[in-house]
Amino acid sequence: MRRVAVAGIGFTKVGEHWDRNFKELFAEATLAALKDANHMEIDQLYVANMMGAHLQGQLSMGAITAEAIGKPGLPAVRIEAGQASGGVAFHEAFKAVASGINDWVLVGGVEKMSDLLPEAVTSALAGAEEQDYTAYTGVTKTGLSAILHRLYSHEFGATPEEIGWFAARSHDNAVGVAHAQYPFKLSIERVMTSPMEADPIRMMECAAVADGAAAVLLGPADKIEAGIEITASTVATDHLSIAARKHPLTLEAVKKAATKAYEIAKVEPRDIDVLEVTDDTTIDGVLSLEDLDFFEKGMGAKLVAQGATTRTGEIPTNNFGGLKARGNPVGATGLYQIAETVLQLRGKAGSNQIPEAKIGMAQSMAGVGSTCAVTILRRV
Amino acid sequence: MSVPRYWREEKSRYRLVGEECTKCGAKYYPKTPVCGCGSTEFKPYKLAEKGKVLSWTVIRNAPLGYERFVPYIVALLELDDGIRLLSQVVDVEPEAVKAGMKVEFTLRKVTEDGQAGLIQYGYKFRPIVD
Repeated sequence: MRRVAVAGIGFTKVGEHWDRNFKELFAEATLAALKDANHMEIDQLYVANMMGAHLQGQLSMGAITAEAIGKPGLPAVRIEAGQASGGVAFHEAFKAVASGINDWVLVGGVEKMSDLLPEAVTSALAGAEEQDYTAYTGVTKTGLSAILHRLYSHEFGATPEEIGWFAARSHDNAVGVAHAQYPFKLSIERVMTSPMEADPIRMMECAAVADGAAAVLLGPADKIEAGIEITASTVATDHLSIAARKHPLTLEAVKKAATKAYEIAKVEPRDIDVLEVTDDTTIDGVLSLEDLDFFEKGMGAKLVAQGATTRTGEIPTNNFGGLKARGNPVGATGLYQIAETVLQLRGKAGSNQIPEAKIGMAQSMAGVGSTCAVTILRRV
Repeated sequence: MSVPRYWREEKSRYRLVGEECTKCGAKYYPKTPVCGCGSTEFKPYKLAEKGKVLSWTVIRNAPLGYERFVPYIVALLELDDGIRLLSQVVDVEPEAVKAGMKVEFTLRKVTEDGQAGLIQYGYKFRPIVD
C-alpha cells in the first residue's frame, strides 16, 4: 500500500448563498484546492453530497460536477453516506491513491440546503434514518439525538447545561474565522434560554441549515513536498435505529472506526493534538468525544463544561467552530473538518493555531452514529 | 407514499408483527432479510402490546406531512417482551411523560397525502390508565 498525503485544500465560506448554485460552490472549493496544491492534473473525482437528489432533484452528481470544473470526461462519482458523506468520500479517495490505481484524486463535498423551506430540509435530513419504522414515527434527526440526550442525563447525572456547553465552546473557536457561518461567541446563558427544538435539545444546541463546499486533493506522499500524510482512514457502520442497539449511549460505529484508526496509525488518543468531531447537536459531540476514547463514558459533558476541549485544554476540539458555528453544509462537512485539520498541521491556522500541532483527527458521522469515518493526519 | 409500499407494511404496523429467527431465536422489528447469525429462516413474531418509556423527545419542528401534529412526543420504548422500538406517545401532555411510564399499543392515523391521497395509519402508544 502506498503512503498517501494531502496536496491541497480549499473551501467556500459557509452560509446561505442565495445567489449561487451548487456547481459554483463546488467549483470555488475544488479550484482553490488545486491552486493550493499547485497541481492541475486529476485522475479521479469523488463528490460527497447527501441531499442533492432531494433538494435540487439532481442525480449524476459525478458527471455534472466534473463538467462544472471544466473537466468533462473525468471518472467521477458521488459518494453518499448520510451526514458522513464527506468523511466516507475522503476514505474512498484515500483507497484509490493507496492502492496505486490513481495518483491524483480530488474529493469535493457540497451541499446546498438553503433552496428549500425548513420542513423540507428536516425531511431530507431524516432521509439518513430508516424510513418505514423510524422516520414514519415523525421523529427527526434532532429528535433522535434528543432521546439520547435525555438518556445520557438520566444515566450519568449530567445536567442539560453541562451538555449545552458544547455549543458555547464551539462558538468560542469560530470568532474571527473568515469561513465560519456564525463567527461570534454564544454564551451558555443564550444557549440555555433558546427555544426548544426537540426537548431537551434547544435550538442553539443544533447546527443550522447551510450552503458550502470543501475539497481536498490527495496524491502519493513521495510526490508531494511538505504534504500532510494520511496515517489512517477508516469507516464503520452500526444499526440505523437506536432501538436496535444494545447500548444506545455507545456509538459502536465511532468506537470501531476509531479503534482501527488508532491501531493503523500507531497512536493513542493522548497523541492527538487537534480534533474535529461531529457536533450536529451538543450531545452528538459529547458522545463522539467519549467513543473516540478521549473521555471516559459519562464524563464528556462535565469535562467539556470544565474546559477540556478548549484551545488550552487537554484536547483542543472543533478549532474553527465545528458544525455548530463554522457550519454544517452536510455533504461538505467531513471535508471542512479535514481541510481545517490540515491548516492546523501546516501551522497556517492564524489566530486559531494550536501550537506544535503535529497529529490531527477528524470524525465524520451520519445520523446518531449509523456511519462513522475517522481520519488521522500527521505533519511529516 | 405509494400504495404497494404502504400495503406491504400494513400487517407489521397494524398488528405489531415482527419476525423471529428459527435458528437462534433473535427477534426483529421491523423484520430483516438476514439474521446476525447468518440464517434467513424466520417465523412471524407478535410483539407485546404493553411496555414502558425509556426516553422521549417532543418534536417541535416536524418533517413534511407531520407539521399539523406538533408538538408531539416520540419515545424509545421497551415492550414487556424486551423488544425496543420508537413510537409516538399520544393522549398525554408532553410535561406529563415520565421515564418508566407504562404504555400500551393503539392504532392511529399517522399522516395523510394531501386532500385525495392515502390516509396512513400505524401504531402509536398511549399511557395505561389504571
